[in-house]
Amino acid sequence: MTERILSCSEALAEALAEEMERDESIFILGEDITAHDGIFGQFKGLHKKFPDRVIDSPISETCLIGAGVGAALTGMRPLVDMHFADFFTTAMDEIVNQAAKIRYMFGGQAKIPLVIWAPDGGGLSAAAQHSQSLESWFIHTPGLKVIVPSEPSDVKGLIKTAIRDDDPIIFFQHKRLFSQTGNVPEGEYLIPLGKGEIKREGNDVTIITYSRMAYLSLEAAEQLDRQGISAEVVDLRTLKPLDFKLITESIKKTFHAIIVHEACLTGGFGAEIAARIGEELFDYLDAPVLRIGAKDTPIPFSPALENFVLPQAENIVEGVKKVLNS
Amino acid sequence: MSKEEKIDLYRKMLTVRAFEEEAGKLFSENLIPGFIHLSIGEEASSVGTCSVLRGDDYVASTHRGHGHLIAKGAEPKRMFAELFGKASGYCKGKGGSMHIADFSLGILGANGVVGGGFPIIVGAGLSIKLRKTDQVGVVFFGDGAANRGTFHEAANMASIWKLPIVFVCENNLYASTTPSSYALAGGSVAKRASAYDIPGYVTDGNDILEVRSTVSKAVKWARQGKGPSLIENKTYRYRGHFEGDPQKYRTEKEVENFRKKHDPIEIFHDFLFKDGTLTESLDKNLRGQVSELITESVRYAREEPFPKEEDALEDLYYTPIWRK
Repeated sequence: MTERILSCSEALAEALAEEMERDESIFILGEDITAHDGIFGQFKGLHKKFPDRVIDSPISETCLIGAGVGAALTGMRPLVDMHFADFFTTAMDEIVNQAAKIRYMFGGQAKIPLVIWAPDGGGLSAAAQHSQSLESWFIHTPGLKVIVPSEPSDVKGLIKTAIRDDDPIIFFQHKRLFSQTGNVPEGEYLIPLGKGEIKREGNDVTIITYSRMAYLSLEAAEQLDRQGISAEVVDLRTLKPLDFKLITESIKKTFHAIIVHEACLTGGFGAEIAARIGEELFDYLDAPVLRIGAKDTPIPFSPALENFVLPQAENIVEGVKKVLNS
Repeated sequence: MSKEEKIDLYRKMLTVRAFEEEAGKLFSENLIPGFIHLSIGEEASSVGTCSVLRGDDYVASTHRGHGHLIAKGAEPKRMFAELFGKASGYCKGKGGSMHIADFSLGILGANGVVGGGFPIIVGAGLSIKLRKTDQVGVVFFGDGAANRGTFHEAANMASIWKLPIVFVCENNLYASTTPSSYALAGGSVAKRASAYDIPGYVTDGNDILEVRSTVSKAVKWARQGKGPSLIENKTYRYRGHFEGDPQKYRTEKEVENFRKKHDPIEIFHDFLFKDGTLTESLDKNLRGQVSELITESVRYAREEPFPKEEDALEDLYYTPIWRK
């Protein structure tokens, strides 16, 4: 398969163009997605190519997401742009009480091939209402699937799979990764849901992570390598379904685990992973599992504050050493 | 309208009422778990509206949805089975009274969230437009839901995109316990149509012929691609918000007054008598048939088995993700 270097944004736009070409029932609904190809340029070229299927919405997030549900129930395959993941709060009923419930509470009659695309994460001085990582809310809602890719090829492979899936999916993309580049296969490239990937092999410790923290974990692993510590970086890529098999295999090799996510620590997905490791892999641990997440505050504006609140590569390095020395 | 069509409408209204009365009785006998919201008194709106829809048109219903479902073609026996929580119910016992759907009949579901149907019908309308069919979507809602943001977002979106949608408000004067005279600014739902530049109509929602002709106009408008309309059917519910509601917010006299002077079935009954469609014996015959249908439906539903415990783990995802 031929590969080129693309950014995460380009990978997304390419994958969507290919899918929309393939299936006429796919359309994109969101705010500011025609004149500006999306506020991050994430839908570049799509409106020009598919003028009837890239539709600008008024600023009505509730109805926007709900319309995605209604369209999915009646034969279409919508991708709805949430603009900023933080705005999920304005459409929680449509996601939690409608999209996630409809198939189940109607006894399996309906299918809801809906992708809600949500740019999340901090690190841009966007402050408290434009910087959050909210994946836990949706993992905690049966009926939804949650995808959190890091590198461009994962964006392409997973968005294509998400579009073809018949369940409601929350697809997060970290804002700081839009311009992140990487090799991306041309044409048909699909990554199954629930399949993580080892982004770096190692023997001493398993760093379980996803989204932008996968890159920071790789950075930390480089630093650790120079200090003689071999860290394995497991990028989960999808959180629901979760590739616990990959986590298991890695821990059986390293006997040490640290979980890193950008979402705030308390009640974060790291707690769930740590609990499962405790339940299922206790005998393979040489040290307690450590979690690293943002501090339990809203994300502050000033870079001086934001950098302190969000996990940094140095925190991961320290965390790994703590786990190995305990 | 032919004689058969008129009789059919009348039979449907009788069926909705008999279903609701029986459901109320079964609930009071503790045979129905949870809680139920009955639509007795609102039959002209549900039956009149659905009578002008095609099989492939969509309906988004409410927590007070039994009438809409029967009017759109749902079978009472499978509805009762759902009310009892049985495996052969419309939703295999996972939905109950507030969550009955039959997608094969275009029923996109009753909805336990007040105002939950608006965004869904906008999506259905958008889907119709993108698929280039001439279907129509109807969303039923109450005077209470007219105050939710979803109503306003949906009306705006449906208007700018000229979606084939009919907004059908059943203004029964009370949002749960709160009178619309208190909670509805401007005192009219239909008037809000003008803000969104769409046609708005008020009907005597207890007169099925008026409801029918108004909805018919709006449906035709929608099918021609002219966009949405908003209809406010002024009606009344005889029962409380839910069965067991102490109803401290209104008097028995008020309920009696509506029953005596504005009963939708009585009004249509009298009309059919005057125009010669209905005779004493035909009326008796029809009521007998309906009563038999309801009795038979309840018998069926009561005899049906409950779902198996492990069925609770089914139907969540189209492509399941349970951890092994």
